[in-house]
Amino acid sequence: MILPYALGVFLGCLTLAFALNLWRLFTAPTLADRILVLDTMTVNAIALVVLYGIWAGTGLYLEVAVLFALTSFVGTVAYCRYLLRGNIIE
Amino acid sequence: MRRLFPHPYLSLTLVVLWFLLVNQWKLGSLVMAVILATVIPLLTSAWWPDRPRVKRPFGLAAYGLLVLWDIIVANFQVARIVLFFPRDRIRSAWIPIPLDLTSPEAISLLAGTITMTPGTLTADLSADGRALLVHALHAPDPAAVRDEIKSRYEARLQRIFE
Amino acid sequence: MTAFDTVLDLVLSALLVGGGIFALVGSYGLIRLPRPMQRLHAPTKATTIGVGAALAVSALDRLGQGQVSLQELLITLFLLLTAPVSALFLAKSLILRGEADPDLPPSPTGAPWSTLATPPQDP
Repeated sequence: MILPYALGVFLGCLTLAFALNLWRLFTAPTLADRILVLDTMTVNAIALVVLYGIWAGTGLYLEVAVLFALTSFVGTVAYCRYLLRGNIIE
Repeated sequence: MRRLFPHPYLSLTLVVLWFLLVNQWKLGSLVMAVILATVIPLLTSAWWPDRPRVKRPFGLAAYGLLVLWDIIVANFQVARIVLFFPRDRIRSAWIPIPLDLTSPEAISLLAGTITMTPGTLTADLSADGRALLVHALHAPDPAAVRDEIKSRYEARLQRIFE
Repeated sequence: MTAFDTVLDLVLSALLVGGGIFALVGSYGLIRLPRPMQRLHAPTKATTIGVGAALAVSALDRLGQGQVSLQELLITLFLLLTAPVSALFLAKSLILRGEADPDLPPSPTGAPWSTLATPPQDP
């Protein structure tokens, strides 16, 4: 069974991706870049949660992933709306 | 019946979505799904004055499969550009695309498709809603990209919606 | 352990490694690409496929144990639907703030691009 090793590789890639994201978050030249980085980080976090679900062998973590996907999208759109309009709820 | 379910497709989608969310088959979930499928379209019907006209629903399914395949291909192309192209050789370009589509659903579907597929990204819509502004990551020949989008995606959507 | 299990194991592992590399490429593109509009391209596509691979592995893994799980499908659909919308919003804010690539072409219909058409106003 090589699946556990593949899980390890995926975890390594994600960790590296998070490190790169954090670096970009602090050095981002524009505000939109920061929002983009945050969006990417949440998507990576969803992958991390799903990965942990596979490793633990339960489907419970998928609920967390669903909620994360829903809220991260709303967050990104709200940030962009603030940049576009100066307010979020009209 | 028409008054209770102003958008039958939306109601059906809501039932399916609720079951996907609950992830198990129980009678209670079905009751909840039906309640949601009735209430949500009624509450939001003010923002949906007319229902979207889909002439060929099966064409839509085929289109979905085509786009899914293109998304996978797109990823290899973008990954290749990100990893191996020298920075100063990436030729990014703005591509304005005049639209033949008129229905808002078809245009938003086209915009989403453009964003998910090879190296292109929808950036804006013109104020009269008849042209899309597309940004291409690497397009040495912008006219070819425009023609491909128009023939590969827009023509198909036009057959499905109009 | 049957031959089917071995094949499934190999397929899942290959999917996971491929997806992980794509997720990494998406984040690396954020750092490597020089201009803001170019940076929008990498995460919307590559990261989505990374998560998609993880979700596919999760669904197939459960299927291999005899359980049917459809929540993965829901998450994949949701990510596929929302990624273009967030990208569009980000592109619009870049255009509005003048941080997108210069030499924005005029619209072919004569009407201006909608982001620049109406100046942001107080409600």
